[in-house]
Amino acid sequence: MTSSMTPGIAANRLGQDELANNFADLHMPLQPHEVKVAADRCYFCHDAPCVTACPTDIDIPLFIRQISTGTPEAAAKTIFDMNILGGMCARVCPTEELCEQVCVREVAEGKPVEIGRLQRHATDTLMAQDAHPYKRAASTGKKIAIVGAGPAGLSCGHRLAMLGNEVMIYDANPKAGGLNEYGIAAYKSTNDFAQSEVDWLKSIGGITIENGQGLGRDIHLDQLASDFDAIFLSVGLSGVNALAIDGSEKDGVQDAVKFINDLRQSNDLATIPIGRNVVVIGGGMTAVDAAVQSKLLGAEQVTIAYRRGRDAMSASRYEQDLAASHGVKLLFNAQPNAVLGNGAATAVEFEYTAQNAGKLSGTGEMIQIAADQVFSAIGQTLNADVDLKLEGRKIAITGAGRTSRAGVWAGGDCASGGNDLTVTAVAEGRDAAMDIHETLMGAA
Amino acid sequence: MADLTTDFLGIKSPNPFWLASAPPTDKEYNVRRAFEAGWGGVVWKTLGSDGPPVVNVNGPRYGVIHGADRRVLGLNNIELITDRPLDVNLAEITRVKKDYPDRALIVSLMVPCEEEAWKEVLPKVEATGADGIELNFGCPHGMSERGMGAAVGQVPEYIEMVTRWCKKYYSKPVIVKLTPNITDIRAPAEAAKRGGADAVSLINTINSIVSVDLDAMCPEPSIDGKGTHGGYCGPAVKPIAMSMVSEIARAPATAGFPISGIGGVTTWRDAAEYITLGCGNVQVCTAAMTYGFKVVQEMISGLSQWMDEKGHTSIQDFMGAAVPNTTDWQYLNLNYVAKASINQNDCISCGRCFAACEDTSHQAIAMSDDRKFSVVDAECVACNLCVEVCPVEGCITMVPQTAGSVDPRTGQTVDGSYANWTTHPNNPGACAAE
Repeated sequence: MTSSMTPGIAANRLGQDELANNFADLHMPLQPHEVKVAADRCYFCHDAPCVTACPTDIDIPLFIRQISTGTPEAAAKTIFDMNILGGMCARVCPTEELCEQVCVREVAEGKPVEIGRLQRHATDTLMAQDAHPYKRAASTGKKIAIVGAGPAGLSCGHRLAMLGNEVMIYDANPKAGGLNEYGIAAYKSTNDFAQSEVDWLKSIGGITIENGQGLGRDIHLDQLASDFDAIFLSVGLSGVNALAIDGSEKDGVQDAVKFINDLRQSNDLATIPIGRNVVVIGGGMTAVDAAVQSKLLGAEQVTIAYRRGRDAMSASRYEQDLAASHGVKLLFNAQPNAVLGNGAATAVEFEYTAQNAGKLSGTGEMIQIAADQVFSAIGQTLNADVDLKLEGRKIAITGAGRTSRAGVWAGGDCASGGNDLTVTAVAEGRDAAMDIHETLMGAA
Repeated sequence: MADLTTDFLGIKSPNPFWLASAPPTDKEYNVRRAFEAGWGGVVWKTLGSDGPPVVNVNGPRYGVIHGADRRVLGLNNIELITDRPLDVNLAEITRVKKDYPDRALIVSLMVPCEEEAWKEVLPKVEATGADGIELNFGCPHGMSERGMGAAVGQVPEYIEMVTRWCKKYYSKPVIVKLTPNITDIRAPAEAAKRGGADAVSLINTINSIVSVDLDAMCPEPSIDGKGTHGGYCGPAVKPIAMSMVSEIARAPATAGFPISGIGGVTTWRDAAEYITLGCGNVQVCTAAMTYGFKVVQEMISGLSQWMDEKGHTSIQDFMGAAVPNTTDWQYLNLNYVAKASINQNDCISCGRCFAACEDTSHQAIAMSDDRKFSVVDAECVACNLCVEVCPVEGCITMVPQTAGSVDPRTGQTVDGSYANWTTHPNNPGACAAE
């Protein structure tokens, strides 16, 4: 019988019941009574800080008041008016560093109004009903190509379709949804919510999605430019930074993005092989998602190793604590030196680091951590060969997503600026849609 | 420790907290539980004449206005007087009084407005050994349609007449319970006094429809698709009741007349407030119906602690203490100037004070880009709205301006002397003393 103690990398470390429990909703939906209590706590602030903190500017006090007066459907409309992926954002937003962080009740009592869970209550209620809440405007006769069916592309596409345009969304993957489908931890999007959301969003009409269409592989910018009135690029960051250390070619070393992807697409979590000792290298959300899910699959020892200190970690303190609460060890100020092992990884050797004159350097002190499996989560990169001006390693944009090429807009993780959050991608897609529409209509 | 015992009309009770005549006091079982929980007195649920008892509806009797977190703010009922036989109630009252001689036990009564009816029932009540009677002239639903309850309480002459009968056929204290469903509470209070009543108790419930079922298009509580007005009580009615109590306490004709205060008493503080307005005790119903009889323990401990802190050794020490400070608007000091002040350390930046003042009042609160809220003294009229809408108690306060300082709103120097509307130059009725 396989267990957490089984050496090496093995599937079936946990039974089905335990796995089902481990991968259930991280935050369970609020029950009706909880909804009333939670909604009652909102003060209906003037020019509310939570709204300011929301990248999509959802009128949070208004939607909570609508919930509290028994009209969650109206509340959902308030949310969707600004954020058509409000359902997913209610699940994945780091509310603890957005709306809920600045909630005046967080300031006053250290306990914010549960905005995220209330948002989920509203959006789930409306999405469970048959009718799509929006109707399309009269046809404009314009056609827009969107490349990438992630949060930015879907948001842009819905808005454009609503305004009367025809939208064609191409996506390189077999399924739409982008990171919602492939990239976030399973316990944040249960019951195939990402696909249900895409289906619901598409039901407005006027949106066609073609999967398996990679930019530069199956479709090309120049061709799209001649076939469509405008293009919106939301291809995300599909490249992964390689772990460039000795031994990184050994068995058991893989990138965390692939691991999360496989896990999300698996029909049977028990079949996913996981190491007894897992080391995740990196300091972002991907590192946390990979580490926590390793633990939930039954790994005995899981360590996140980050080369800088806790404060520099891009995963929020809340996410760090989430990892810690699942038994993940957080190792700070340690940079990977080599993967050790004879053919297969058995440990990772780290060197401790320190800041010297603003520069990170090794102290010479080494530590070895046992590792049958090593996940690299050290960042993702733009993986699209487009003849557009770049800013850093992303597509340079100005205004509402305008690229250096007329008629081509970009948004989401592939575009400059932003903060790699789903909710920010949604805002960028929405705003680009408005700009595209106004441009095509000659209003801007 | 402060002495909470009260002597109301010669009726002694260990504390001023009585249960009002209402569903909680309908029968021996409940009343015994109430006394065991510590209630100082009970007004037994209203008895009617001998004979077939009244009947109640067999559907819902209550409706409620809820506050945040389903706090009961106001309760409405369409229950009638006791629906149990008179002799059963009388036997129970006799037993309970015998077992709890130290508690006040008052019998509420409502019989037809005929002398014979009262003459018949009163000796039976007297025989129970109960400490007094309370005349239910207030019940606003059902019984009033039959010429009783509020139908009597709304006609001062009837009040006086029935009170006289009671004093004639009953030897112990007679309390007249007043309905608030009238225009001037002083008239029925004076009538009760003229009729020889020993005290008044108020208020009975207020005519009310608490909600409408928007599917059935029917007021609630709904009985098979129809609704009727009920009687409203609970915290929501306390302000109305206290105003009426104060009017009786202040009126020359009734000043000093014993009052039992009723209406929304939920905590010790409510009780203390009623007593300062001239009440000798208070009666409670909704708080008990919401939380059970144990709430009296908080009332007792709270009142006792507050009295100790203030140095009051008995209820008498502060009874009526707020009456002299209850006056008419025209006697308020128009030279008194205050300004709102926001404690920035307590402020949680919700901005409700700003929204309220900017949208609905005097544009006297400024908001900075970083959400700091401050009072604009040049616009502030000290209306108190910001104080009341602020979620943080004590964050915004009203600060009196010192005499000699200049009010930036009017440009006038604050006058430390007292001056009211009666002598104000803008008052067309003001006449100079010549």
